[in-house]
Amino acid sequence: MKYVDEFRDRGKADALVAEIDKLVSTIDIAARRPIHIMEVCGGHTHSIFRYGVEGMLPKEIQLIHGPGCPVCVLPMGRVDDCIAIAEHANVIFTTFGDAMRVPGSRKSLSQARADGADVRMVYSPMDALTLARNNPDREVVFFGLGFETTMPSTALTVLQAESEGIANFSVFCNHITIVPTIKAILDSPDVHIDGFLGPGHVSMVIGTAPYEFIAQYYRKPLVVAGFEPLDVLQSIWMVLKQIREQRADVENQYARVVQGTGNVAALQAISRVYELRPFFEWRGLGSIDHSGVRIRDEYARFDTERKFAIPNVRIADPKSCQCGEVLKGVIKPWQCKLFGSACTPETPLGALMVSSEGACAAYHQYGGFKKQAGAA
Amino acid sequence: MNEMPFRRARSLGKVNVPAVTLAHGGGGRAMKDLIDDVFIVAFDSSFLAPLEDQARFDLAELAVYGDRLAFTTDSYVVDPLFFPGGDIGKLAVCGTVNDLAVGGAIPLYLSCAAIVEEGVSIDMLRRIARSMAETAKGAGVRIVTGDTKVVHKGACDKLFITTSGVGIIREDIRLGVDLAHPGDAVLVNGLFGDHGAAILEARGEMALETPIASDCAPLHDLIATLLAAAPGARCLRDATRGGVATVLNEIAEASDVGIEIDEEHLPVREEVRGFCEILGLDPLYLANEGKIVAVIPPEESEAALAAMRAHHLGERATIIGWITDGEPGRVVMRTVLGGQRIVDMLVGEQLPRIC
Ligand code: SF4
Repeated sequence: MKYVDEFRDRGKADALVAEIDKLVSTIDIAARRPIHIMEVCGGHTHSIFRYGVEGMLPKEIQLIHGPGCPVCVLPMGRVDDCIAIAEHANVIFTTFGDAMRVPGSRKSLSQARADGADVRMVYSPMDALTLARNNPDREVVFFGLGFETTMPSTALTVLQAESEGIANFSVFCNHITIVPTIKAILDSPDVHIDGFLGPGHVSMVIGTAPYEFIAQYYRKPLVVAGFEPLDVLQSIWMVLKQIREQRADVENQYARVVQGTGNVAALQAISRVYELRPFFEWRGLGSIDHSGVRIRDEYARFDTERKFAIPNVRIADPKSCQCGEVLKGVIKPWQCKLFGSACTPETPLGALMVSSEGACAAYHQYGGFKKQAGAA
Repeated sequence: MNEMPFRRARSLGKVNVPAVTLAHGGGGRAMKDLIDDVFIVAFDSSFLAPLEDQARFDLAELAVYGDRLAFTTDSYVVDPLFFPGGDIGKLAVCGTVNDLAVGGAIPLYLSCAAIVEEGVSIDMLRRIARSMAETAKGAGVRIVTGDTKVVHKGACDKLFITTSGVGIIREDIRLGVDLAHPGDAVLVNGLFGDHGAAILEARGEMALETPIASDCAPLHDLIATLLAAAPGARCLRDATRGGVATVLNEIAEASDVGIEIDEEHLPVREEVRGFCEILGLDPLYLANEGKIVAVIPPEESEAALAAMRAHHLGERATIIGWITDGEPGRVVMRTVLGGQRIVDMLVGEQLPRIC
């Protein structure tokens, strides 16, 4: 744990916070009150709450918890599709654990399992492929979910299935891509963001070049950030420094892991297996162009969408649910009318309440401590 | 209770098949043989009522120990049955002994009911019965009555055990989850999360070089030592399922107080922290089978800490936090980083079959 503890040191955190305080006091706050910094990735959101980072920051800084939790942006209709597939008598439906409790319009996968569907949690798509190998008379479906972080492992599993000639395995591909979504958020009229913490794990795969447009076209600083709380603090400091110096660059705080060029092998697997969809539906954000991928024609026999008749119904988010506004940072989670009353971690209405990376669940579980005030 | 309390051993060595069959649950000769051969021989207690369907106690004899009877029960379904640091039998004895002891009771008698799945090996049952007997002996309690049922394959998973326990509480002991006061210290008797991590590890979740051992242990003696050093102790709880975080929340809620803990002072083994880090778990919520949370008035907190540390089950005892007059029912933690966050009850799926 030595390696990790280095990034959670109270003394270093205090020093960084002091630096941040100093920097903020030199920024012309009147012009941009408060400073909005969006952490794109759910891993950051989790770390921020888990370690109480937000409450250590000066009140002039407001963190906006972005759309980078793949479970949270999964539209209800897709969950319904999963359940429809899982309810086929011959199907073993495999998924990462965090998708189990996401509410569909009728039920969640976890409820579907209780009702008799064969839904199993796996730790990796390769586990699902093993299930397929061991159950040749069953049809094994893997629920492919996540950003560029998990895309390569799903792609490699498809390639593996192909080389072994496994016929009873397919992927229900719901992989999404982060960059078009950041763009959509920046284009949305009710959003004011002064800088970004870029997703560390995604960047490990795609590198830092895909973010350049954010700096060049939108003139917003972006710092690719690691997930330890000191990483987050340091990255916030780096964003502030850019704001102070009126720069907008893509910087890399997570250089110990992220290379500018990304991971070439992973990128190759991605482009071999997937192609961009014209558009993809995001919960709370609506349809975003080129924000999702599907399986290429060459691998059609591993594509659940072509193997099964999928209802593919679009279900509107519940009316009073304000997940979209929270995702865009227009309101804070507790400002949603359902927060803590109709929508709680035990009975989530919105997906942001499901995963520990979702802003609403994080606020509910860890509390939003502010520097001056007590509990929010 | 079934009509088969454990009787004095008659003729032993009658079970000579390797595995339990439904015949062993039929109530006839085979069942008697199984009970004799597996359980009676292990529990061989002079106390076992030779011919009756229930254990009987002389009230006057019990009254020497104190003025109140404590009675508790718990079922054990842990998977796997054997794990580093213990097995289902040891767990079933320790768990019930501890449930009595945290109430301030001197644990005296246990019952043991076993539900056995057809096909389970007799040898394995013997090992578990021996482990129960040894643990009970070490804890100074006697297993005085019991029951065995055999169910067909698939109706249970290998073996489930239920133990109930009786103990006596001394006149001067007043412990209650609703008695915590602002200013009181919150102590634990050592490194926590070991049991939960040990079980997950034993299920093959990870392949660690040195397996983590469960902390499964009877705590009555530690608790007696603690109560002698800190007679004003407000409340004790064993932090089993749901871990230390759950117990803290129960205390905060029942006593209508706030609790503040400091992450830097939480005693957690390096291996367990690493394990949690990788699996995304929080040691605060991991199960323990040999850890108590104790709320002690400030003037006795140092004495309590010293007493625990002098006991072999409390060497790593620590004050992890304090009762506050903060928001009632709320547990707040100062994080390693220096920030603050709420430590709430666990939401969602508990890790199943951890005890
Ligand atoms: S409280 Fe529930 S409904 Fe409201 S924004 Fe959060 S997750 Fe969505």
